[in-house]
Amino acid sequence: MNFKQFISANKKPSILIPQAITVIALISVIIYFATNAQINMGNRGISFGFGFLNQEASFDIAFSLIEFDGSYSYGRAFLVGLLNTVLVSVIGIFFATIIGVIVGVSRLSDNYLIAKAAEWYVEIFRNIPLILQIFFWYFAALRALPSPENAINFYDISYLTIKGWYIPKFIWTNFNIFCYSIIAACISIYFFLKYAKKQREEFGRILPTVTISILILILFPLISFFLLGVSLSFSYPELKQLSATSYTYANGVSIIPELMALALALSMYTATFIAENVRAGVLGVGKGQKEAAASIGLNKGQILKLVVMPQALRIIIPPTTNQYLNLTKNSSLAAAIAYPDMVLVFAKTALMQTGRAIEIISITMLTYLSLSIAISLFMNWYNKKMAIKEK
Amino acid sequence: MNLSNYRPSKDKISTYLPLGSFLIIISFLDILINTFFNLNITSFLSQKISYFFPLAIGFIGFYLIRIEFSGVKFLDKLNKNINSNNFNALLTLLILFIIIKSILPILNWFFFEANFVGNSKEDCTGNGACWVFVKVWFNRFMYGLYPDVEQWRVNAAFILLFGLVGIAFFVPQKIKKYFLIFLIFVYPFIGIKLLSGGSFGLTYVETAAWGGLSLTFIISAFAILFCFPIGVILALGRRSSLPAIRYISVGFIELWRGVPLITVLFMAAVMFPMFLPDGTFIDKLIRVLIAITLFEAAYMAEVVRGGLQALPKGQYEAAKSLGMGYWRMNALIILPQALKLVIPGIANTLLALVKDTPLIFVVGLMELAGMIGLAKTNPKWLGMAMEGYVFAGLVFWVICYAMSRYSQNLEKKLSTER
Repeated sequence: MNFKQFISANKKPSILIPQAITVIALISVIIYFATNAQINMGNRGISFGFGFLNQEASFDIAFSLIEFDGSYSYGRAFLVGLLNTVLVSVIGIFFATIIGVIVGVSRLSDNYLIAKAAEWYVEIFRNIPLILQIFFWYFAALRALPSPENAINFYDISYLTIKGWYIPKFIWTNFNIFCYSIIAACISIYFFLKYAKKQREEFGRILPTVTISILILILFPLISFFLLGVSLSFSYPELKQLSATSYTYANGVSIIPELMALALALSMYTATFIAENVRAGVLGVGKGQKEAAASIGLNKGQILKLVVMPQALRIIIPPTTNQYLNLTKNSSLAAAIAYPDMVLVFAKTALMQTGRAIEIISITMLTYLSLSIAISLFMNWYNKKMAIKEK
Repeated sequence: MNLSNYRPSKDKISTYLPLGSFLIIISFLDILINTFFNLNITSFLSQKISYFFPLAIGFIGFYLIRIEFSGVKFLDKLNKNINSNNFNALLTLLILFIIIKSILPILNWFFFEANFVGNSKEDCTGNGACWVFVKVWFNRFMYGLYPDVEQWRVNAAFILLFGLVGIAFFVPQKIKKYFLIFLIFVYPFIGIKLLSGGSFGLTYVETAAWGGLSLTFIISAFAILFCFPIGVILALGRRSSLPAIRYISVGFIELWRGVPLITVLFMAAVMFPMFLPDGTFIDKLIRVLIAITLFEAAYMAEVVRGGLQALPKGQYEAAKSLGMGYWRMNALIILPQALKLVIPGIANTLLALVKDTPLIFVVGLMELAGMIGLAKTNPKWLGMAMEGYVFAGLVFWVICYAMSRYSQNLEKKLSTER
């Protein structure tokens, strides 16, 4: 439809007038805000623009995945915050999924005690505000850990202290070759699964797909270790005295308590919602499906793999993706306990220093927004792909 | 030798049942004595074996009493529920042991070694929780920095609200309408006047002094009141046939739903004043209220849209064929049915709203969690974080659990009605 057709189709006043009023109202509100903003910024002597992203940030960030100190720019600080957000989200999603699936399956257990325990886990952690859970872990539970010299020792490899959790550092040689081997393994698994599907559909031959996939995933990196010169060694944390009473651990990687508290709270909170999704998904597969599968002679494992799981996943995945998105958005609560995520580094510290409220808040919101839109586009695509194709 | 002869079965119940019960009792005795009297009755065994002894003994005991169709009612029920196979028996034992092992320290911390009397940190001598902290600060936790002598006003506002809601439930349908109109259109102004004062002989209390649990309720109440109509309008806008209105609604809803609440609050606190004419000042609490209301309204809109989409097309057509216009059709035919369909969803959104209120700490307003943060940094009360957050967690849990239970009941009731 081109513009002319559009206009002629909407010529009736009862259609045109309300739209025109809404659009004009919206535009005038925007213009009003924009002029005010311009005047206000003029009064403070700042002009709208994103040039400040290249200026020197001159603040330090406590925890960063890439190199950062005061001499780097605000743009780099934003990147550090973004990476920290991604890090805590990935950790949270990983553990939330594991806990959620276990609890969700437990809720359906025929063991009364297990089912009840899982139910209470969900009821307790779902009904306490996430921010309180974060505060609890950070200010109460993790503060009760011992100081470095009396650390909780895990086989002399890793140490849990009030200052953080010290784990060994991985020292790779030829790490990139290792990564290539993983990628190669994934690609070959993809083709193998395609081949297996063809075999199954055309010749009715069932290959042990899971076993072979795992074998490929182990074999390729092993080859890279023995033949392609990849090697891995560890540098273990060691107790080091800083002053008469102060100790720390050197040579290892330190997981700061902020990250631990945030990851714990996020994964335990989100797990309750995932558990409910899993439960709903498994319950959503009709009893008749299982009985029909059993009556054509599939065994228990086959019923689960070929009949129950594909249908349950169709119910589970869309709301669970939503929960992953919620977890990522909730990771912004990091600002409450000073974990340097995007909101804290950028929307708080950088904003305080530069005073550029409009630019910084817009960038932060746009980042989250584009993430949400990307995920909802993926969801639409997935739903279309997975929708039951009725013949 | 044929092992299957020794399998627990009904004809050998008189030997297996007592033997199995005996082993289970021994295993629990071991654990109980170990936890409550700190005495290890299996200390003659090596440490590792002694550690797993109760588990192994209990497991064998459960195996022996797993007799199918025994005829003993209690035993059958037990086997069916917690002892249906080896794996379940193991899980049962593990979970019971964990409960026994953890219940004592928790109870000790909560009650037996906790301190209830006194009025300073020095009175807390036991190893348990220092509930004196909560007792001393209780007033602040409930009312924030609201002046002590004026706190009756907060109480009065809430008693009036709950009284009105309570009466509205019981009065006949005819008068109910007027009660609701009063609640929605008149009460908010009375409430605000009562809380902030400044006239009618009430001293002025600035909003920065409002806080504690009462602020949680104030924000929730106002946000619920306003987000509901805005959400309905947005939902109708998104379903509208007019493209401009539809796109604006979609954009608005997705914008709020796509960002975390904390950035919205930041926006209300630092970015919004830039958009106002120089010199205008809107109270921080009001800015935050607007932000939370718009944020939750977007979620509410999606819930209501679900209800609108679930209605069959015939309802629209029937209303139109009766000659109803757009607004009459929605108000009289569509919305009453659509909203009824999504009552559970609405309840969940409201629950999320209540759980989100503690976030207002980012802009410096202090409700319950914020007041605890303030109290625990008081030099006289350092180290009281655990008590404070456990208390706040309990308070919020009771509120949210009651709400979610109510919505679940509603869901059940409505699903049977249809």
